[in-house]
Amino acid sequence: MNLHIDDHLEQDVGVLKLSGEIDAYTAPQLKEKLLSLVEEKPNVEVDLLKVSYMDSTGLGVFISALKLSKEKGHEFKLVNLQENVYRLFNITGLNEVINIENTVEGEIS
Amino acid sequence: MSSIESDMQNYKELLSQYLQTRNEAILYQAEQFSKQSIQQNISPDEIVNVHYEALEEVMPDMGERVRDSFQFLIETMIAYGLAYQEHQVLREKQIELRSEIGVAANMQETLLKTTIPSDEKVDIGVKSVPAKEMNGDYHHFIKDEDGNIGIAIADVIGKGVPAAFCMSMIKFAMESFSENEINPQRILDSLNRVVGRNVEEGMFVTMFYGFYDTTDHQFYYASAGHEPCYILRYDTGKFEEIDAKGLLLGVSNDVSYEERQVDIRSGDLIILLTDGVTECRVDDRFIEQEEVLDIINQYAHLDAQGIVEGVFQYFERLQDFQLRDDFTLLVMKRKD
Repeated sequence: MNLHIDDHLEQDVGVLKLSGEIDAYTAPQLKEKLLSLVEEKPNVEVDLLKVSYMDSTGLGVFISALKLSKEKGHEFKLVNLQENVYRLFNITGLNEVINIENTVEGEIS
Repeated sequence: MSSIESDMQNYKELLSQYLQTRNEAILYQAEQFSKQSIQQNISPDEIVNVHYEALEEVMPDMGERVRDSFQFLIETMIAYGLAYQEHQVLREKQIELRSEIGVAANMQETLLKTTIPSDEKVDIGVKSVPAKEMNGDYHHFIKDEDGNIGIAIADVIGKGVPAAFCMSMIKFAMESFSENEINPQRILDSLNRVVGRNVEEGMFVTMFYGFYDTTDHQFYYASAGHEPCYILRYDTGKFEEIDAKGLLLGVSNDVSYEERQVDIRSGDLIILLTDGVTECRVDDRFIEQEEVLDIINQYAHLDAQGIVEGVFQYFERLQDFQLRDDFTLLVMKRKD
């Protein structure tokens, strides 16, 4: 399964729309795109509506983005998480330190 | 006669026989010739040259243009020959690296070895299987002077060699705690600082730490972003999730871990696991948590080691079973 990454600007907010699976194979390309976006844009939003599966390598990518955003004083948030993806953030306690908006249920599974 | 000359002779005979008879058995011998050439590191352009020289003898009336075309082909094949040589060198390097990783994996196993404490009040069993050569899961036991048992299960996010190095660091940090200050919350607090200081960015650790008080059968635990663990109650046959709030180790320095406590009754089973257990894939689907618990329940009547072995064998026997992540399952059973 692949990960498709679409990036565009919505009123100065850098938006990454992801669809597919985030795992050890797809995480490197996500990391590259996301980190350079967080580096450049003061506001970044990652839309996970169409991400059906994510493993712990995906968490590593978002933690790196979180650290970078703090260093830069930039805002970084995740939106529209599927329940199973949100579960990982919840278990690892990352939901307390990463800005997460909207979780959705059962759109795709 | 050197081997290439004898091969040359051999090739010429094969070619002329084939041109006369078109016998397919000779094609098979040509295949053997090519395999031998590979073994002797003969490059593709050399083979074309052998063919060209053989042809000169077999078909002396070959035209000038055909001759020239062979020079052309030989030049073309030289780049293939070089690529092939490079491939050989890489293959040898790969074999060398693999053997080094094998040595490292053995060292890791020795280094991270922990002995299951034997105890008359609790029976402990553990099964840990790496997905690749080196294991990024870790478990550790410690017994204090009063016979209480400290137990840790951890998973490094990230796999392979770097994860294994990280685990060794955790192990040495844990061994530096005195046996008589096993306190889940304090241990996670201080490991969090160790990991934060020493681990490169992008690597994180989840850990569940438990302390079993063998006098009053209280189980104290704290979790750093680890999978929830479970208790299977003997009297009701029902599972209870045990989980405590806490962030992954190494993400932030200013966190403090929550410690909780649960009462363990006779025959109860404490189940600790890593996400490799719930991330097994069978036929392209994931095994659900409930399914794992269901299987544990089926084996719950066995002794602790019997349970973990039984569960792993069950999954291993499923068709198209794939271990995507390191798998560790650990159970403690109250005996009396």
